[in-house]
Amino acid sequence: MAEITTLHYLVVAAALFVLGVIGVLTRRNVVVVLMSIELILNAVNLNLVAFSRMWGNLHGQVFSIFITVDAAAEAAVGLGILIAFFRNTETINVDEIDLLKW
Amino acid sequence: MNPGMNSAFNSGMAPVATPFFFYMLSGLAIVGGLLVITRRNAVHSALALIVTLLAVAGLYLMLYAPFVAGVQIIVYAGGIMVLFLFVIMLVNIERSSKERRFNRMWPVGLAAACALMALFVSAFVKGRALFPDRMMSLPESSNTQQIATMLYGEAGRMGQYTFAFEIASLLLLVAILGAVIMTKKKI
Repeated sequence: MAEITTLHYLVVAAALFVLGVIGVLTRRNVVVVLMSIELILNAVNLNLVAFSRMWGNLHGQVFSIFITVDAAAEAAVGLGILIAFFRNTETINVDEIDLLKW
Repeated sequence: MNPGMNSAFNSGMAPVATPFFFYMLSGLAIVGGLLVITRRNAVHSALALIVTLLAVAGLYLMLYAPFVAGVQIIVYAGGIMVLFLFVIMLVNIERSSKERRFNRMWPVGLAAACALMALFVSAFVKGRALFPDRMMSLPESSNTQQIATMLYGEAGRMGQYTFAFEIASLLLLVAILGAVIMTKKKI
């Protein structure tokens, strides 16, 4: 089998990214939408670490740690909003969340 | 992968990072991602996402990033996913398991995602020359130490990312406060 290059990792990350985008755009359950966002952030992380390997320095790995911090903060606040919303309306479907719709 | 890249690989041991492992881990990650966006039950989606996260951690190990792989397993698979499972059990899944999985506009979303995939493919095909085949070798044994030097600095001097690191801790503080305030019944 051929040697694994940076492009191989980029293709895997692109596939994960597109799967996450499909999940965000098509699912109704907010929890699954948030999980799809985690999938997208993981694809970005994989890209950064692959480029860090390609250039031979560690900046990409440090950036991927920052993105992990961001993902944790986003998950905490997003799930908090979700719980607050579920307490008020008894639904977690994105197409029924239309309070701001005119 | 590339024998002679790391001295540990030359000392009689066969290299672990073979193309077989790459294809196995990436296939596992993509299958897990597919299961995440197609399962009806959110708990099944969460378990599939854990599989994806662990497979990506394996890919990090193949890219000589053991610290990032450890962070991935501990923070993502250990912390964030437990939070997700908690929330799934707080909101009722009985009702949502009988309803439609996809919203009414799903063909549009799928078309947009396919357009994005076409963009990626054309970028990779046209820009192939921008991604050289060489893979630099990174020192694996001092990986954590070097990341710590970049984050915290050394010998009393600030590192390159120390300020960003402090801002990240502020972000986490704000996120904690936000989560607590959001989930409180009466503010």
